[in-house]
Amino acid sequence: MNPATSPTRATRAIRATRVTRLISDPPRNKPPRGERAAAWARRAPLLPALVLLVVVTQLPFVGTVAISFMRWNALAPDDRGFSGLDNYRTALTDPDLRSAMLTTVQLTASVVLVSLLFGLGLALLLDGRFLGRGIVRTLLITPFLVVPVAAALLWKHALYNASYGLINGGLTALWRLFGSDDPPRTDWLSTDPLTAVAISLVWQWTPFMMLILLAGLQSRASDTVEAARVDGAGPWQIFRHLTLPHLRRHLELAVLLGSVYVVQNFDAVFTLTSGGVGSANLPYSVYDTFYQAHDYGLASAQGVIVLACSLAVASLALRTVSSLLREERP
Amino acid sequence: MTPSVARRSARGVLAWLCGLLFFLPFAWLVLTSFHHETDAAANPPRIAADLTLQGYREFFGGGWETGPWPALANSLAASLAATLLVLLLAVPAAYALAVKPVRRTKDVLFFFLSTKMLPSVAALLPLYLFARNARLLDNIWLLIVLYTAMNLPIAVWMMRSFLAEIPHEILEAAAIDGARLPTVLTRIVAPVAAPGIAATALISFIFSWNELLLARVLTGVVAGTAPVHLTGFVTSQGLFLAKVCAAAVIVSLPVLAAGFAAQDKLVQGLSLGAVK
Repeated sequence: MNPATSPTRATRAIRATRVTRLISDPPRNKPPRGERAAAWARRAPLLPALVLLVVVTQLPFVGTVAISFMRWNALAPDDRGFSGLDNYRTALTDPDLRSAMLTTVQLTASVVLVSLLFGLGLALLLDGRFLGRGIVRTLLITPFLVVPVAAALLWKHALYNASYGLINGGLTALWRLFGSDDPPRTDWLSTDPLTAVAISLVWQWTPFMMLILLAGLQSRASDTVEAARVDGAGPWQIFRHLTLPHLRRHLELAVLLGSVYVVQNFDAVFTLTSGGVGSANLPYSVYDTFYQAHDYGLASAQGVIVLACSLAVASLALRTVSSLLREERP
Repeated sequence: MTPSVARRSARGVLAWLCGLLFFLPFAWLVLTSFHHETDAAANPPRIAADLTLQGYREFFGGGWETGPWPALANSLAASLAATLLVLLLAVPAAYALAVKPVRRTKDVLFFFLSTKMLPSVAALLPLYLFARNARLLDNIWLLIVLYTAMNLPIAVWMMRSFLAEIPHEILEAAAIDGARLPTVLTRIVAPVAAPGIAATALISFIFSWNELLLARVLTGVVAGTAPVHLTGFVTSQGLFLAKVCAAAVIVSLPVLAAGFAAQDKLVQGLSLGAVK
């Protein structure tokens, strides 16, 4: 190499700083083409998923909003037109829809709360060591793995049925045992349909809650608990001051995911009661207005109302998840 | 017996009781599916009655074309195809979000999750009208696209948290070496994140297989799925109890098998990969 052109150590250092400054501090007004391309290259893998989601989920919602302002019943195809807020007026003054709103809230709150409590209890039980723990866990998650419609059919026909369901059958056997020939024959699904639906859903969702909470319990460091025990803390104190705070994130996640799915429940209501006697929730009501009554305008207005309610729940839920994200990346 | 051993066995007994109690309805479902119809509908219940395959024979009775086979095949096709598409779309998207966070990564993530919180019932009518006008009613491809979109948000979230655990240095080094995206995804991301991908696939398969509302409104005779086939039993009366139970068992079987086989992955998946 020609010694005249070979750079001294000093010039090399200067060049190096210039280069780094160029990389770290590019001209603000016009990013070089290469950098823009790089930014697009980074974003490109995201785009197909984003585009599909916007087209398949957001466009239909826009359609629903548009149709909600129309007079449109499939049974009267000639009488179609703009109707302003009529559908919303009808929907909001309809006592059935109001009761459906109440039902949705009751069903979601009760199912999520009860299954969360059961799930917590079971997770605490399964967290300890005992014979056949793996088998018990498998037994416990089975309800969650039964296809929802199949589970609903099981409860409707094999358990709740008044004349041959297992519940009344078991009662009959019990009554016979004590010499009575007059066992109760309650028709569970028509006596209190909402509770009947809720019980079947609690059966399905308790395992889900248990799985998330169990994972939370098992990620807890055992030495703190050991230390607390050595210091003389009782089981309740350990649960209250160590376990519960540790489980907070997992409890929140369980409630969030549970409510998102239970709020939208259609299968159980459709199969068990077909919305009978105060058990119709919002999703079933919209389905009913659209599929049975063919009132597209009204169904869409109801759909928009469901959407608004869900958004309220969702924004609360999203705030929860947001706190999770913050903890993950400090 | 020392106190701790006594406590441990008390816990075991209680846990076993709870486990059996929760399992009882399912056990009853399986037992009833193997009973003769007269025994199935007996009151009080005949637990020790003769076992038979009559219920299953009845359920599959219609032959290849009219029985449940087309519905089961449709469910399998829709769930597998949707799962495959979900992975093809979610893994690159999650890679973009996890590795080199673009500006507003969080907004994008929340957009994904928010679509999951919107009830599909509020999108039902436009989807139905579109399908009718585009002559896509009763077409399995429409379901596949919808199931893909339905499972995509959860899949992106799960995959992002699994990918976030791969050391950044590996991925950045590959990017600096000039590896193109497909190479990075197949050579580095896929092998390292294989368990996460499996969990994502499992969840996507289960949710697609279980879906009822969209399938019921948008399909019919040709493309009806297994859950839609099951709704045929909603108003079934007493004499078909064993058949109804056999149907419920058969349709649940793929999900049960997948779920039992991958219990741990199920937990990770359901908690969006956030829980370890």
